Amino acid sequence: MSQLKKIGERTLKFSIPPVILDARSIVGPKEGEGPLGDTFDRVIDDMYFGEDSWEKAERKLIEEVIKMMLEKNNLAPKDVDFLFSGDLLNQTITSNFAASTLGIPYLGLYGACSTMLEGLVLASMVIDGGFAAKVTAATSSHYCTAERQFRFPTEQGVQKPMTSQRTVTGAAAFLLGNEGKGPHITHATVGKVIDGGIKDAANLGAAMAPAAVDTIVTHLQDTGRSVKDYDLIVTGDLGYVGHSISLDLASEKGFNISGVFNDCGILIYNPDQDTHSGGSGCACSGVVVAGHLLDTLRKGKYKRILVVGTGALLSSTSIQQGETIPGIGHGLVIEAADPQ
Amino acid sequence: MTDSNNSHEAQGKKLKSQVKQSQQQYDQQEYQTIVKKHAPKKPLLKNCASAFFVGGIITAIAQVFFNLFSNAGLLERDANTVVVILMIFSGAFLTGIGVYDRIVKFGGAGAIVPITGFANSIVAPAMEFKREGFIFGVASKMFSIAGPVLVYGFITSIIVGLVAFTFM
Repeated sequence: MSQLKKIGERTLKFSIPPVILDARSIVGPKEGEGPLGDTFDRVIDDMYFGEDSWEKAERKLIEEVIKMMLEKNNLAPKDVDFLFSGDLLNQTITSNFAASTLGIPYLGLYGACSTMLEGLVLASMVIDGGFAAKVTAATSSHYCTAERQFRFPTEQGVQKPMTSQRTVTGAAAFLLGNEGKGPHITHATVGKVIDGGIKDAANLGAAMAPAAVDTIVTHLQDTGRSVKDYDLIVTGDLGYVGHSISLDLASEKGFNISGVFNDCGILIYNPDQDTHSGGSGCACSGVVVAGHLLDTLRKGKYKRILVVGTGALLSSTSIQQGETIPGIGHGLVIEAADPQ
Repeated sequence: MTDSNNSHEAQGKKLKSQVKQSQQQYDQQEYQTIVKKHAPKKPLLKNCASAFFVGGIITAIAQVFFNLFSNAGLLERDANTVVVILMIFSGAFLTGIGVYDRIVKFGGAGAIVPITGFANSIVAPAMEFKREGFIFGVASKMFSIAGPVLVYGFITSIIVGLVAFTFM
């Protein structure tokens, strides 16, 4: 029997670290105006993306971002072994349609806003397990489709609380391979679902913070590393509120992460863009990692980062029935390519 | 048979207590206090002031219309009806061109409580669900937000009516 690649409680150490061969992103107009506007591959200026419904627009976002990535790498869909993908809409319908258009063998996922990282963890396992040479992980989210499904009609007059976040419009796709050059994935820490007892659907940062901190702390314990070993520890979409709660929770557990801790939901918008607590949604961590964070790794600014994709596990039914909102966080260590 | 049943039961109990433990692994009460500490404060004073301001403007506009119509010779009752129709139209129109949600964002309850806000709550879902068709989309979703207002409005008016009928 071969040796287990799991270390500690729930961290995976890849024996042949999967390489991120490429990653692409498309975002909506508001994200394009944000501080990371230059790091995305394409910014659309119309929330409908030329379609007649927002749902079709979201579907086009994820299809286009995968097609763009394959084209840039001179690949056809048949050259990719598997597609791991998911989104926020009921029964992950957006990803299902995209998979039907592309024709890549497909495993559909739902991890709420942690879906991007869930997909990358599974894609890495499939590659390191020797089941595939090239795997794509992708996700999408759209402000209007999410508002419509989880909240109010977009033209409905509502005053949002300061803890609320804005769903990022966009899609991201990653191409992982078992060989090649580029930043590579060395470890993954699979998240546990943790219920902090939050019932307020307008404060998802607080719902996800305990799970994010749990994954960060477990990761450090499993690997025997310290906070100093990372140039950046970044969460998916905790926003300003979840971010500051997490700092508190981590220091309570004896980990001072304040020097290296950031959040994709904070990075993606300017504070004056009126997004309250920041960005959220599947695409939030997806487009920030695919654009900005991989750029900094490629340029050598960072050597090793820990990305924790955070998800708030709610449905419109569970919220209406007054249930709590459990959270999850999946961690992934990405290292810059060796300088040689 | 009985023995194995017993041990099954014991095992089940043990499992149950383990599951309960893992559910409680997070001290939810303690966490609520931490969350409260980090929640940004509502700009209450600013919200109240802007609600007062926006609500005041909307009702002042209605009053201007009312005066115009009464001066033009309409009976008070008729002028009232015409003003209500006009305000509902304005609310619906401003929703249609995507302005009303911005007014509410600033004015809060000052823009939700007047009848223009009621119009907004009907037109917004009607617009949004057009893609689902005119029966299961527009017509059925139209009252998803206004429906409760209507139901409890009717109930209250019946109660008030009964009280008035009995005691006056």
